[in-house]
Amino acid sequence: MNPAIEPTTSNLVELRIPCRAEWVALARLAAAAVANRLKFSIEEIEDVKLAVAEACTAVIQHENHGEFIELTCETLPAALRIRVHDAGRHLPSSQDGASLGFDEARVAGLGVFLIRTLMDEVGYEVDPELGTDLRMVKRLAGNPG
Amino acid sequence: MPREPTFKNKPGAVILDIKVQVREAPGDCYIVDLSGEIDVYTSPKVKDAVGELIDRGVYHLVINLEKVRYIDSTGLGVLIGGLKRVREHGGSVNLVCTNPQIKKIFDITGLVKIFGIFDNEDAAMKALA
Repeated sequence: MNPAIEPTTSNLVELRIPCRAEWVALARLAAAAVANRLKFSIEEIEDVKLAVAEACTAVIQHENHGEFIELTCETLPAALRIRVHDAGRHLPSSQDGASLGFDEARVAGLGVFLIRTLMDEVGYEVDPELGTDLRMVKRLAGNPG
Repeated sequence: MPREPTFKNKPGAVILDIKVQVREAPGDCYIVDLSGEIDVYTSPKVKDAVGELIDRGVYHLVINLEKVRYIDSTGLGVLIGGLKRVREHGGSVNLVCTNPQIKKIFDITGLVKIFGIFDNEDAAMKALA
């Protein structure tokens, strides 16, 4: 049994993984486990899982990434708020892929496109001191925000 | 050598790996059976298997995703790369996929328009001709 969390409370779950491909699965499964505590459908949980994996993959594939990826999942009464942070300073591929050939740029931009399509809110923040934050929100159905 | 996380063969563990099997089919065609999860860690294995076939002159492929539980953009990138290479030789790649979540990813990325996606292997094979 996996009881849903108390809808009126906020819960914060944090995970820090090495910035390497073999750990992305752990991040996406952790995010899925948190999403599962809210009343998301299986399809919506899969959306969250993929968005988190794409966010971590984008960090790993960028040359200028930090040593670790920090995943923070915050459950809100009607939404899941996720932050993917690393100490590197970089923009998502779709924004810095201008130097790539058309096909490569399209493939590189797929991850960001998926994140933007699957999540309700997505924002990037690059701080020269602190690194890069990708923040995204998935709202429960019927809660337009 | 860094130690990799191992999830396999442990009670209750989720297998986070990809299995690749290649079968020869009638008519200069090969079937690539994939099983597991295709992500940034496992996709190089798929890329190598598909690339090896193309290097050998196999340009008509059916990639069976029936046992794939998860695919991300790196997996899509490998499939797109394979398709691009075989098309240079007049070949094609058809996919077998019925998993709604995976079909949804092909749908929202628009890849349904460039791949032939079929519900079963026979249909995917016939459409290669």
